[in-house]
Amino acid sequence: MSAIKQHRRAGFPWLWTALAFGYVFLYAPILSLIVYSFNESRLVTVWAGFSTRWYGELMQNEQLLSAAWLSIKVAAVAATIAVVLGTLAAMTLVRFRRQWGARSMGIMVAAPLVMPEIILGLSLLLLFMSMADLIGWPASRGQGTIIMAHVTFCMAYVTVVVQSRLAYMDASLEEAAMDLGARPLKVFFTITLPVIAPSLVAGWLLAFTLSMDDLVVASFVSGPGATTLPMVVYSSVRLGVSPQINALATIIIAVVVVAVSVAGYLMYRQDKQRTNMQ
Amino acid sequence: MTGYGGGAGALAGLRARWRRLTVGRWLVTGIPWLWLVIFFCLPFLFILKISLSEPALAQPPYLNWIRETADGLVSIVVNFGNYGLLWDDSLYVSALFGSLQVAAISTLLCLLIGYPMAYAIARAPTHLRMPLLMLVILPFWTSFLIRIYAWMGILNTNGILNNFLLWLGVIEQPLEIMHTSLAVYIGVTYAYLPFMILPLYATLSRLDPVLLEAAADLGARPAKQFLTITWPQSVPGVIAGAMLVFIPVMGEFVIPDLLGGPDSLMLGKLMWTEFFNNRDWPVASALAAVLLVVLIIPFLLLRHYESRAEANGEEAA
Repeated sequence: MSAIKQHRRAGFPWLWTALAFGYVFLYAPILSLIVYSFNESRLVTVWAGFSTRWYGELMQNEQLLSAAWLSIKVAAVAATIAVVLGTLAAMTLVRFRRQWGARSMGIMVAAPLVMPEIILGLSLLLLFMSMADLIGWPASRGQGTIIMAHVTFCMAYVTVVVQSRLAYMDASLEEAAMDLGARPLKVFFTITLPVIAPSLVAGWLLAFTLSMDDLVVASFVSGPGATTLPMVVYSSVRLGVSPQINALATIIIAVVVVAVSVAGYLMYRQDKQRTNMQ
Repeated sequence: MTGYGGGAGALAGLRARWRRLTVGRWLVTGIPWLWLVIFFCLPFLFILKISLSEPALAQPPYLNWIRETADGLVSIVVNFGNYGLLWDDSLYVSALFGSLQVAAISTLLCLLIGYPMAYAIARAPTHLRMPLLMLVILPFWTSFLIRIYAWMGILNTNGILNNFLLWLGVIEQPLEIMHTSLAVYIGVTYAYLPFMILPLYATLSRLDPVLLEAAADLGARPAKQFLTITWPQSVPGVIAGAMLVFIPVMGEFVIPDLLGGPDSLMLGKLMWTEFFNNRDWPVASALAAVLLVVLIIPFLLLRHYESRAEANGEEAA
């Protein structure tokens, strides 16, 4: 036993160094964004004293604010539809694995996860144009087409999240309810749904984030008048570094950190309760 | 483990009951299936169709295959010229190799940085593993675009890195990193590192430490233990992680556009230029079709190793 401990200890110093180096690599750029968002100077890289003026200017930037509002609306709708479709897809993949269509669904769900966005965007634009040509719908491109495009790749992520929860769910509960005569729909809403609810929340948040973050697909399928937040950020960033974008980044990072901490704490508490019960 | 409580019997029973349902089951499967077929599969046919059309100065900027000629006849014109152009013009071929090179090198860099990290997290005390893993995932939840933007501020000629190194006196002249391939490698590695770490962690955390202890007892040196036990067992995670990085990077647009320069030619960027700047939709579609074909083998590899990892997981459960 002592030999093992020795071996473990011997292996650890450089492993921990590598881990620490990795975290520095992951977080140093984010930290630099935050620090320079409070910089007085317009030049992002020269420190000229503490200031919050860029946050003030950000709040006056009408174009950016309206794009942010559009992005939030699109992301909320897309994430909600994606959760419904993704849950149905996950039910198919876990519960009716031998059903016709389940195998092809597995592939169609796995592919968007890695598919380069540029292909997804181009192909969806060509689809929307041909559909408008053939059946007259969607008549124009904008908010609606962005939502449809976002649902398509977001539902794949939701499916993966819900699927993993569903796969580890105790099937005997549902079995028992059905034995007692409950209809499948009722079983789903009274038993399955409460059990997988945390994964639906996680899936919704993931879908919301992905939709809020998407530049490439939205650029293809959007039309005149529908400019999302990433599109505004991209056109500003192309011209060079700008402290307003740093301020925006800091706000996004703050929201994410708070949300993830709350979610992490809730999960931790739930886990603790579960282990206490056992 | 307890999650399976009722065991295979209950699950089979449940599946049998569900099978008896017809309408409900068709809806559950049918709705998402139809959505994916219409919005994910069908569009590929349009890519193929447009890639075989002739470009035109019109809206949309291509000609239909089926055209009515002046004397009332209907003719079908399929144009393979776009693919010929891709083959003949060295620009497109070098963009393909550029993408392959960036994807391969960054995958390797992600593996070199990600493997020790995943291994360290998997060997960390149990209560620390989740928080450490969360720290890896957290940046992924913030904006991708903004994380790449952060590197613009760092790598610029008068950026944070150069200022810091000049202040230290390590360099006399600022380094030219921004707008080179090196900046692209850094950006890609940074953005895709979490995708490498997660599958690696999943396989490494299942590795039985008893095996390593047994090997140590039998006198194997740490290097030998790694090569004979840890590495072979982690291969599915390595391949899954590598493909999760390699496939999307092949079509990456944002990173080469913001960080790269004239020498970092990549397919995704070229497609964007053809589509938005040159308005040559047929050539952009042909590029997309080529990229899709190139990605089929990596995708099949990913599917194979993912399903293997899943099977392992179920056995373990």
